[in-house]
Amino acid sequence: MMDITIILNGKKIQDQIEPDMALLDFVREHGCYSVKRGCESSNCGLCTVLMDEVPVLSCSVLAARADGHRVDTLEGLQEEAEEFVGFIADQGADQCGFCNPGFVMNTIALLRENPDPTDDEIRAFLAGNLCRCSGYEGQLRGIRSFLNSRKEEK
Amino acid sequence: MINIQKYVRAQSLEEAYTLNQKKKNRILAGMLWTRMESGNVPVAIDLCDLGLDKIEENEEEFSIGAMVTLRQLQMHESFENYCDGIVAKAVKDIIGVQFRNLATVGGSIWGRFGFSDVLTAFMALDTYVELYKGGVIPLEQFARMQYDRDLLVRVIVKKKPGVFSYQAMRVQKTDFPILTCGVSCMDGVCKAVIGARPGKAVCIHDDRHLLDGEVTEKKAEAFAEYVAEQVTTGSNMRGSAEYRTHLVKILTGRGVMELGGVRA
Repeated sequence: MMDITIILNGKKIQDQIEPDMALLDFVREHGCYSVKRGCESSNCGLCTVLMDEVPVLSCSVLAARADGHRVDTLEGLQEEAEEFVGFIADQGADQCGFCNPGFVMNTIALLRENPDPTDDEIRAFLAGNLCRCSGYEGQLRGIRSFLNSRKEEK
Repeated sequence: MINIQKYVRAQSLEEAYTLNQKKKNRILAGMLWTRMESGNVPVAIDLCDLGLDKIEENEEEFSIGAMVTLRQLQMHESFENYCDGIVAKAVKDIIGVQFRNLATVGGSIWGRFGFSDVLTAFMALDTYVELYKGGVIPLEQFARMQYDRDLLVRVIVKKKPGVFSYQAMRVQKTDFPILTCGVSCMDGVCKAVIGARPGKAVCIHDDRHLLDGEVTEKKAEAFAEYVAEQVTTGSNMRGSAEYRTHLVKILTGRGVMELGGVRA
């Protein structure tokens, strides 16, 4: 066992872990159930969290590597997500919803890095988030309509 | 999933090297294979505290730390400007942004994977690797070496004036490539690098001077034929050896023309 300290959604968490514990298991053990276990082979994007504001796959990060770092999950970013998830839902793009938290986390990372992306830039950034229901077009339409409405507000 | 008994953040290269001399201990890079491998690892050695996550540049070269991520490479404007964007092009279809934020240059190059876009692109440049004990050696030589217990510290790309292109064939975006091909001409010397054969990338130099003078489509085809004769390909679930050899000709030809050839 080893001691680690992680700032999880702004709260300092100290815990003892096994050296091979994945960050995915750590955040779920601390109540962050939005972070889903999907492929567990670094492919699907369901387990996306932000580590020091950078989107990473928590199934492939050792919790030990995250020691001393800041980790954010959807539970900590509700307000930021609320801005655009309604637009996604309006397009019927979440369907079963299982991929949605990972998809929303990566969209947050995209919009922080590039507040006005083109459709190609959206597709490229979200290529690592697999969805087996939607075919991706609804999600793209949702983000586009959010961006358009934000422009109109200005 | 590998079973790690002890996790150590090395505080010096010497500490990491010493720990790594035990055969079962492992260096942690992007950690992306930890889920897909099995076995016991007595000590996992993390290099994340050694400041190897920076890209440094001077007049002669780019020095890329082993822990620099593929996404950092993709976003480094000066590096991408130098190499005509071939490294960004090579990594852009590797899974997704979240994956590329973890995968490291050191892990990708050290692995010398038989499906690697990264190895192919870097071999097309004038690239060297800095090994902790083995010193600085050309990447082409490193790619041929057997795996040992040394540490890859940095990847060094010399700023040799040249033109570069990168091509890859995939069944679908974000999947492993069926074949990769980097082509470059530096100081008038041209070469093609073929990866995902499947097997470690290999470099074929234009020893016959097929591309001398103004490059035409005919010269590009002749060079592509020559490269296909030199490269051994194999079969796996993604493609047959025959198909790959066909792709060697096509991608090499396209790569040469992309360098600035003139259609005859």
